[in-house]
Amino acid sequence: MMATDTETGAGVGPLVQSHSTSTPRHHVAIFAGLLVFGLAAPFLLYPIFLMKVLCFVLFACAFNLLLGFGGLLSFGHAAFFGSASYASAHAAKIWGFNPELAILFGTGCAAVLGLLIGSLAIRRQGIYFAMVTLAFAQMVFFFSLQAPFTGGEDGIQSVPRGHLFGLFDMAPDLNLYFFVLAIVFAGLLAIYRIIHSPFGQVLKAIRDNEQRSVSLGYRVNRYKLLVFVLSAMLAGLAGATKAIVFQLASLTDVYWTMSGEVVLMTLLGGMGTVFGPIVGAAIIVTMQNYLATFGAWVTVIQGTIFVISVMLFREGVIGILSKALKKPL
Amino acid sequence: MFELLGIPPQALFGQLLLGLINGSFYALLSLGLAIIFGLLNIINFTHGAQYMMGAFVAWMLLNYLGINYWAALFVAPVIVGITGVIIERLLISRLYHLDHLYGLLLTFGLALIIQGLFRNYYGISGLPYQIPGVLSGGQNLGFMFLPNYRGWVIVASLIVCLATWFIIEKTRLGAYLRAATENPTLVGAFGINVPRMVTLTYGFGVALAAFAGVLAAPIYAVNPNMGADLIIVVFAVVVIGGMGSILGSIVTGFGLGLIEGLTRVFYPEGSAVVIFVVMAIVLLVKPAGLFGRAA
Repeated sequence: MMATDTETGAGVGPLVQSHSTSTPRHHVAIFAGLLVFGLAAPFLLYPIFLMKVLCFVLFACAFNLLLGFGGLLSFGHAAFFGSASYASAHAAKIWGFNPELAILFGTGCAAVLGLLIGSLAIRRQGIYFAMVTLAFAQMVFFFSLQAPFTGGEDGIQSVPRGHLFGLFDMAPDLNLYFFVLAIVFAGLLAIYRIIHSPFGQVLKAIRDNEQRSVSLGYRVNRYKLLVFVLSAMLAGLAGATKAIVFQLASLTDVYWTMSGEVVLMTLLGGMGTVFGPIVGAAIIVTMQNYLATFGAWVTVIQGTIFVISVMLFREGVIGILSKALKKPL
Repeated sequence: MFELLGIPPQALFGQLLLGLINGSFYALLSLGLAIIFGLLNIINFTHGAQYMMGAFVAWMLLNYLGINYWAALFVAPVIVGITGVIIERLLISRLYHLDHLYGLLLTFGLALIIQGLFRNYYGISGLPYQIPGVLSGGQNLGFMFLPNYRGWVIVASLIVCLATWFIIEKTRLGAYLRAATENPTLVGAFGINVPRMVTLTYGFGVALAAFAGVLAAPIYAVNPNMGADLIIVVFAVVVIGGMGSILGSIVTGFGLGLIEGLTRVFYPEGSAVVIFVVMAIVLLVKPAGLFGRAA
């Protein structure tokens, strides 16, 4: 498959391919390590910061599912992240939903929006796909700016964290942290499962050679739409969780800069790798945290990282590591 | 005073004029994007930033060097075009053998850098640029008041668009360009320096964006974010029109500007999103775009 398709080597796929669907042992070890780190981290680092990292980790991994494994570059993923964030904030604050129901509601809204935008966007390929998703996301942004329930420029503020299942108080940061960790970890495992399912294998085939997949009898558009909806839904899960964590849903979440950020996280960590976006998200969020005082320079630095990543290391941090270790990561 | 559908004509024609002006910018910008895409196969995300640079360079020429609007109309596009040539030679030209998405990502990163830098040095409040003396004032057309400068913007943009169309469709240089769009290897085999042509084409596309920026400077405040949201609308225009035809880009640009203006009269809340709605409809009915060739 790789030998006959020299052109796809230049594509967005990972350079080291996994050929079997069974879980490699080192992946199990890495997931276990991540879980242990996740459980220990709030005792070492600031929990709010960690929860922000976690939300963006899930967001980037959801995006990578679409770009790295579906080969579809969406420049409008902020639409799903942001709209889920508004929906869950609204459900928690106005309707008094418990946090788990609010997040579920937000995730559902993102999935529906993903179905709407996805079914239109997959009608165009490549660069047009990116432009179409960007344009629709901008439409969602304008909607959020004008709609009566989003609070315009103010956003939805002081969203209650509530009680999980009506029992556990989520106001203490540590309680909420373990809830968020559970959500994000479940999300990551779900993405891992999707990638390594037969469905995921077909996706990779479509990414590498769409015409051939069509000639093999696969209904390519159905696969594309399904992965788009899944990706939108998981991005929504991240956004909805973020709204509960920060008790805020705002226009920042749905603006195109947010779409750009998630692209950057994935590119920096390594598109089409399992663990790359986790690293990419952690790096970018940490960077924003420490550079916050520099104001507009953050944009310049992010742009520079973009340019350097594209020019010098397109495989991303984990992609390079994976090549050096000769193991798919 | 007569009324049309309950709308006073002053308001109606005023909004249509505004629509035509927006359409002028859509046309100039989508034309540049289409030309660049035709030969380089990349979507130039930096286009909005380069439009902004055009306006800023005009402002700098006036305030630092005392060079007036009319000279800036030529000098600013040349300067910004040269920066485009440098960007193409140094960065973009190294990506042609890769997936087209990398070109998009690279130019997106460049747009962030350029906008960030201008924001650092000039803030976001916007700098005023005087309308040149000859074009101040306006004409009373009976049914509406036409500010001279706005009329000039439409005329200038039409002239430049049609001149570009003429060069590409009717001259020998344009023929080379069209041939290279179809098959660069073959054109190279005939002894045409294709890489140089690619570089100059990028420079020209960028210069068009800068020209639009200079035209915009006296209307909108010169500010680092002026191109950021505009470029997304222009992307939608490009998706609607398809990038296969030069004339198509021009017609789509002006047409959508008018539609936007009409929406502002009859349903103001929808004016920000009407172009995206049109895009959704076009995607449903004719996915390749109005003037696009089927992929």
